[in-house]
Amino acid sequence: MGEYTLLMMKSISIPDRWSMFFKQLIKEIYKLGVDSLWIVIIISVFIGTVIAIQISLNISSPLIPKFTIGYTTREIILLEFSSSIMCLILAGKVGSNIASEIGTMRVTEQIDAMEIMGVNSANFLILPKMIGLMIFIPVLVIFSMFTGILGGIAASYSTGTGMTPASFEYGLQFYFNEFYIWYSIIKSVVYAFIISSIAAYFGYYVKGGALEVGKASTNAVVMSSIMILLADVVLTHIMLT
Amino acid sequence: MIEVKNITKSFDGRTVLHDISTVFEDGKTNLIIGRSGSGKTVLIKNIIGLIKPDQGEILYDGRNLLTMNKHDLNMLRREMGMLFQGSALFDSMTVLENVMFPLNMFSNDTFKEREKRAQFCLDRVNLSDAGHLYPSEISGGMMKRAAIARAIALNPKYLFCDEPNSGLDPKTSLIIDDLIHDITVEYNMTTVINTHDMNSVMNIGENIIFIKEGIKEWQGTKEQVITSNNKALNDFIFASDLFRKVKEVEMQQEEG
Repeated sequence: MGEYTLLMMKSISIPDRWSMFFKQLIKEIYKLGVDSLWIVIIISVFIGTVIAIQISLNISSPLIPKFTIGYTTREIILLEFSSSIMCLILAGKVGSNIASEIGTMRVTEQIDAMEIMGVNSANFLILPKMIGLMIFIPVLVIFSMFTGILGGIAASYSTGTGMTPASFEYGLQFYFNEFYIWYSIIKSVVYAFIISSIAAYFGYYVKGGALEVGKASTNAVVMSSIMILLADVVLTHIMLT
Repeated sequence: MIEVKNITKSFDGRTVLHDISTVFEDGKTNLIIGRSGSGKTVLIKNIIGLIKPDQGEILYDGRNLLTMNKHDLNMLRREMGMLFQGSALFDSMTVLENVMFPLNMFSNDTFKEREKRAQFCLDRVNLSDAGHLYPSEISGGMMKRAAIARAIALNPKYLFCDEPNSGLDPKTSLIIDDLIHDITVEYNMTTVINTHDMNSVMNIGENIIFIKEGIKEWQGTKEQVITSNNKALNDFIFASDLFRKVKEVEMQQEEG
């Protein structure tokens, strides 16, 4: 914990060169964020569809109105899926990428080379990743919400589920609370910090060779997933109760 | 000039460096030699400040590395160039971008001027046409030369090389040795090379420090290596038949 705090203090400082920082930031946004767009869209569309179908098949009581399917799908996607579950998936993709990249730089002495030049390696390597991810993860979450809902709408057109597009769309708009979107975005920013900082920590302090880089990458994903779940409980308690 | 005074370093109660003192002079190729595990790498890491010694002083032209504040240490590091064993080129950058990296971080020149300087350094190491390639696309010898170009980009006063010939064939090793020597003389740098390559010792060893089990066992020039009576040094340097025969011939010539 102490080592993690020291690394964060070293990382979160004024960059040596702003021009280099912004160049790195754009690179990281593209590499960590934009490159994740397709996987986010694909997963969200399919999960949105499946959620709508599952709810439809499990609501058999005639006392429950059909628009409940759209309403419940929206609530699941906005409140939990697009932020927490999507960030758990991204912890696997982005977290392992960060840990293995920084870890490889450590074992091949690239980080030592920066330090010898007088460059704050933690600041140069980690800060753009953290800020880049904190900027772009909310964008991914919004994409996930939008495409997840679209998946649900697509399911409402299929036959045999008991849904109608009209009732589904009415459910989507029923008792809509705008704050839930902000709640998800705030959560995702916190998750972005967790994913990037924990993965960077495991990569930065790796010792050994390729085997240890692999282990660091796995540990980074496991630890950031646990911390995301913990943060989910804490943030939900703070923001929704 | 770099002065190392009474450096001692221990890890987990095991002393790796015992009271080492020496001077690395300007415009000379200073070699640290010794067996694997003798403490060469720990010594060079102490000298460049990657590891802090338990006691002693390291003076860069009179400036004590160990008592410097962070700002002064960063300024001093801009006067250092380092060639790592595995080259340590940044994988995500082209060769030209690697050489430009220290310039981009610390130089106030325009982009054109920085690019011109980087290209000049690449020309100096005979890599004029490799600037657009990535490290994964070039050979081991080219990687070493690119790393030398990056190390000299900021006109350093001190150049450190950790096993510059590891993984290279004998001919390429000689090219790298000569390049380091020529650059040292040309820019009057203080160059410290960590090696166990005997060809390097005989080729460019102007000031040689022999380390055995963390103790400075011997110091001298490549000419003095031949005539030295130090048993540990002779066992190390003349371990192969070839070098033993070379020594015999040299000694016979001197006696004759």
